[in-house]
Amino acid sequence: MGNNGSAPDLASRLMRLVIVGHVDHGKSTLVGRLLSDTGSLPEGKLEFVKDICDQQGKTFEFAFLLDALQEEQEQGITIDTSQIFFHTPKRKYVIIDAPGHKEFLKNMVTGAADAEAALLLIDAKEGVQEQSRRHGYILKLLGLTQVAVVINKMDLVGYDEKVYSKIKKEYSNFLKSLGVEAKEFIPVSAKLGINIAELKDEMPWYKGPTVLNMLDQFEKKPRPDHLPFRFPVQDVYKFDERRIIAGRVESGKLKVGDRVIFSPSNKQAVVKTIEAWSVDEEPVSATSSESIGFTLDEQIFVERGNVCTLREELPIVSTTFDANVFWMGQHNLEKGRKFVIKLNTQEVECEVQEFKKAIDASTLETLSNQDYIAKNDVAELTLKTRSPVAFDLFGSIATTGRFVLVDQYDVCGGGIITTYTPTTKEDKLRDEVRTRDFNWIKSDIKPEERAYRNGHRAALILITGDPGSGKGPLARTLEQNLFENNFQSYLLDRRNVNLGVSADLKQPEATIEEESARRLGEVAKLFLDAGHVVISTSNAFHREDQEDLKLLANPYQVIEIQISSKTIGNPDILLSLDEAQNLKEASTKIQDFLKEKKILTGHNYSI
Amino acid sequence: MDHLDELENQSIFILREAYKNFKNLAMLWSIGKDSTIMLWLARKAFFGHCPIPLVHIDTTYKIPAMIEYRDFYAKEWGLNLVVGKNQKALDEGMNHEKGRIVCCEALKTQGLQCIMEEQGYTGLILGIRRDEEGTRAKERYFSPRDKNFEWNFKDQPPELWDQYKTTFSEDTHIRIHPILHWTELNVWEYIQREKIPIIDLYFSNSEGKRYRSLGCAPCTGTIDSKAKNVEEIVEELKNATTSERSGRAQDQENTYAMQKLRARGYM
Repeated sequence: MGNNGSAPDLASRLMRLVIVGHVDHGKSTLVGRLLSDTGSLPEGKLEFVKDICDQQGKTFEFAFLLDALQEEQEQGITIDTSQIFFHTPKRKYVIIDAPGHKEFLKNMVTGAADAEAALLLIDAKEGVQEQSRRHGYILKLLGLTQVAVVINKMDLVGYDEKVYSKIKKEYSNFLKSLGVEAKEFIPVSAKLGINIAELKDEMPWYKGPTVLNMLDQFEKKPRPDHLPFRFPVQDVYKFDERRIIAGRVESGKLKVGDRVIFSPSNKQAVVKTIEAWSVDEEPVSATSSESIGFTLDEQIFVERGNVCTLREELPIVSTTFDANVFWMGQHNLEKGRKFVIKLNTQEVECEVQEFKKAIDASTLETLSNQDYIAKNDVAELTLKTRSPVAFDLFGSIATTGRFVLVDQYDVCGGGIITTYTPTTKEDKLRDEVRTRDFNWIKSDIKPEERAYRNGHRAALILITGDPGSGKGPLARTLEQNLFENNFQSYLLDRRNVNLGVSADLKQPEATIEEESARRLGEVAKLFLDAGHVVISTSNAFHREDQEDLKLLANPYQVIEIQISSKTIGNPDILLSLDEAQNLKEASTKIQDFLKEKKILTGHNYSI
Repeated sequence: MDHLDELENQSIFILREAYKNFKNLAMLWSIGKDSTIMLWLARKAFFGHCPIPLVHIDTTYKIPAMIEYRDFYAKEWGLNLVVGKNQKALDEGMNHEKGRIVCCEALKTQGLQCIMEEQGYTGLILGIRRDEEGTRAKERYFSPRDKNFEWNFKDQPPELWDQYKTTFSEDTHIRIHPILHWTELNVWEYIQREKIPIIDLYFSNSEGKRYRSLGCAPCTGTIDSKAKNVEEIVEELKNATTSERSGRAQDQENTYAMQKLRARGYM
């Protein structure tokens, strides 16, 4: 289809348009008319479609130009998104023709998510319908606010200005309630070519632009180069001697020599080179939308999902945030069910913590006291992820403030992050840890040099279980066995920390627990920084304590060994009470796991 | 950043997503211009390497120069080339005289199916483009196929904000289309800009004819053209008003031939 996507001497870039609206309000006809009136049809295309119409005994319609699929022609609805190119004397366009049938919301979203501007069609005779409103709402959620409304089929209402004004009033009120303002309301007849490319005489009362003029007035979306630098890591490559961090710059700029921070791990390093293949000159900087790769001056651990930024402009890191979500799944979005959130390259399990407001997107009515939303509806809600994610508010950096939700195998919802309030204790602690990490005075001896000397990397082994489950004896055996194998092991007993470091802590009890856990974590961090394998114990039910310890031990690894008859949380190793009794075997099992995880690497072994 | 840069960056992003998310991945290389620029884009995405095996479906009816070109560059660029064939159908004498659609399905679709089963690929990268013909216009970047290779174009997953379908049940596979958003002209402009070595069947021969699209010898026709090099092809296309696949006989069989072929697993 299309005319090869280009026309000579059109220097400006491509404008991506989406055309939405209720089913049968004339989207395909409008697109067919636009193609035809701008001379953008390939030779023979019109004849080809006319022939098919003859074969099937139908009268030719412009809509058939687009309905390339058999089923569409049989049902008379556009079932999917297709892309059609055309051009005006000003610039090139690609139209993403989005379907209007309610069942096909996911196709409409697919088309509209990519667009820079939208035309929303309303049938003059039928007026504002369910999908007219739903689509308006979804456009707003997708961040697409450059919208013009086309009131089609004016020929069927005798070109009556009153009909036009009534629809205009009703729909602009609706848009206003969303905080969107339409650029224009254009009365047309797509079928007869009225007010599409030229203003015709039928509606002398209309003084605004034609559809084509309107399109030319839409503005290109500026690239987010001026925003803070955001680079979600896509992958780390080691095809040759280079270790390349690959990904796409979502916003801002990066230069060789920049000191960068990876969130949520808080690791930092300096950009040594920006790599590229088959270029005249090695690049020294990169800006938004570029798929790039760079190397670092230090071999820090980086993986897919980390978000790389500059130190002065950090993203938010948390497990809870508020979002506006639209739902396209067969099964409801409801509390208590687990989904996977995909936010840039991060993928984490999540669930709805609270429905603030469930909304029927076609009426904007609040569905009161409803703790779920069904297909095609939207909600304002709070999401909670299983582990922390790095993000921005959609309003500040759109590309890192939006996400999709996956239910089983399919993307079933999309959302934008609206607000974040660091209210939880965990969020506060995370902020403290971040400040600590950034200001930490690093030794000249690198962690990998210590690891080489010690034959192991630093790690915190946390043995958890009920009182009396045998945590203590196992911890002592493990410390002893590791020591015998020439590893630097140290059993950090919580009681010892309480006797000294935390001796000043007084009532009330809850505060003491929290603060003593923090102090234990900070002491552990010092031992980890010294390169040790630190062993400690904790009650399995104190999940919060353990989360705090993990946060404080960052960026070192925490391995949880749980002694229990049933799993609580996600331990790395689960031992039954009997297994834990057999100290020697249990200790061997843990050591094997540490070898497998490349924590115990052995002496004179290069990591 | 110009338009070609935008296209290139998007394609690289998709190739990297595919490489990260699929353990057993292959890329189809038909030797034509589209899959050849895709191979070039892969070498850009992976910094001079192509860590993905390239599959070529040999119908044995390909134009001989295509095989020479394939073998030369496979060696030159150090590619991992896997050649697939539907030997059973060939032994039984399959050819286009039995019907073009029947032949395409047997030698290409089933040829592909054979090699996919043999190698256990769960992701297959293809160089199709939306502007080629109507059914391809409806494709997704990551497009699921069921165990019988069938494409349910009526119920496709949503695709937004560069989040693709990367989770799927075991008996299905995903087709990945990194250059779906390119046009024929974009492809040639890119070949020109990057100086990509392209097979010379695309250039006008001594009789003033050239191939605009490459396939099997019996079913692929030439067009009248004076374009002898990439620059001249770019100029020719800027003024072209006929469609690219007009020389491909299987498209013209009847109105819905392509849709039927593709719903059953054709590229």
